[in-house]
Amino acid sequence: MTSTALPEHPDWLWRNPDPRSSYDVVIVGAGGHGLATAYYLAKNHGITNVAVLEKGWLAGGNMARNTTIIRSNYLWDESAAIYEYALKLWERLPEELDYDFLFSQRGVLNLAHTLQDVREGMRRANANRLNGVDAEWLEPEEVAKVCPILNVSSRTRYPVLGATFQPRAGIAKHDHVAWALARRADEMGVDLIQGCEVTGFLKDGDRVVGVETNRGRILAGSVGLAAAGHSSVLAERAGVRLPVQSHPLQALVSELHEPVHPTVVMSNHVHVYVSQAHKGELVMGAGVDSYNGYGQRGSFHVIEQQMAAAVELFPVFARAHVLRTWGGIVDVSPDASPIIGTTPVENLYVNCGWGTGGFKATPAAGWTFAHTIATGEPHPLNAPFALERFATGALIDEHGAAAVAH
Amino acid sequence: MLLISCPWCGPRNETEYHYGGQAHVPYPGTPADLTDEQWAEYVFYRDNPKGPFAERWMHSIGCRRWFNVLRDTATHEVLTSYRLDEPRPELPQAGGQR
Repeated sequence: MTSTALPEHPDWLWRNPDPRSSYDVVIVGAGGHGLATAYYLAKNHGITNVAVLEKGWLAGGNMARNTTIIRSNYLWDESAAIYEYALKLWERLPEELDYDFLFSQRGVLNLAHTLQDVREGMRRANANRLNGVDAEWLEPEEVAKVCPILNVSSRTRYPVLGATFQPRAGIAKHDHVAWALARRADEMGVDLIQGCEVTGFLKDGDRVVGVETNRGRILAGSVGLAAAGHSSVLAERAGVRLPVQSHPLQALVSELHEPVHPTVVMSNHVHVYVSQAHKGELVMGAGVDSYNGYGQRGSFHVIEQQMAAAVELFPVFARAHVLRTWGGIVDVSPDASPIIGTTPVENLYVNCGWGTGGFKATPAAGWTFAHTIATGEPHPLNAPFALERFATGALIDEHGAAAVAH
Repeated sequence: MLLISCPWCGPRNETEYHYGGQAHVPYPGTPADLTDEQWAEYVFYRDNPKGPFAERWMHSIGCRRWFNVLRDTATHEVLTSYRLDEPRPELPQAGGQR
């Protein structure tokens, strides 16, 4: 386990400017994806006349509410390409941003509990390797070597029959990731504007020319939506319908413990995923609540089921206390893959539908979304993730590799 | 946990039910005439409002019948429930009819 000390903050992070009357690009949503988009617009494309608008506070939505897992072991070529690109960016970002956000490549185990899980896991590990993603199949005794506190006995209700393992996967300190991106974007001239809610869109025919906000009208050459769970509500105000459904997704942490859990463990079948934060909390998540919701809380039985699964897999956690639980709102697409690209409205771009897995993609989402906004055309990595796929049928069905959640 | 009222069995915990998504989505009347975009609309596009939403639930460990619920997706308030052969009720006054 790496150092438990949190990184020192730089002397200042970002200015807090009032919105100007116009920008080349307005990004809606100052979460990880919005900030990464602004950062790469400035860095890769030289576009610095950019505002990132945030209705609450910077990175206070799902970015503040996630379980911080980073991995790229997705099944299909399109997904493996974009998530692996993200992982490669993660590997160099702390140095590039000059900000240690505790990116810890401690690996991820995706457990198999049924014969079908085993077959799916082996298939996915092989698919990963063909795509240059580090992955291997581990038998139960090898799983126990990676994570000694995991119960791999054959006498449990859903015994561990093996697992995929991606050694380069890991976790990062989510808040610090956002602050690191915000600082660099700000330095390059991007205005990060908090407490600024987009209430409508200014249009000239089929073209978007700005946004209405609670702090006045802001003209924009292009508008990029990166509002996670609220994407469809926002897009509807621009006259665009998105095929996503918003669901509550809950997570929880325990009190602090000595380092006991050396990796990340996920189980689709019994619905839990667990890692240990740098400070020592056990961080646990489960699947989304079944119903649509925007209330940033979910149902208690979801927590109860994930805790039951966690205690069976990790008997050592049986007496750990829950410190706090919370919920975020995720937008789930029909094929469990994101939507990044153009919309029927000219100069309006959308980045949504990441469901439960947006955090890991943060740098690649920003990189490709910035490219799309800057050039008006998708990057090769996000071209397959266009809105049009729901009409053409070229779906990227990642329900299996998107894991526990949706 | 939501407290949902089955039209036949009365109020029960959410864990007795299975969620079925948006209500009142009719199968296309003339399916052979639909364009790819219209099929996409029918298969993949659903309303996702922040506020009152008409949705389907099934009382899976009770009477196993489907019915509709009006629920506020922002407050989680269950406003009313009704049978599939009943029209969507006019939105009740604040506080809802349970």
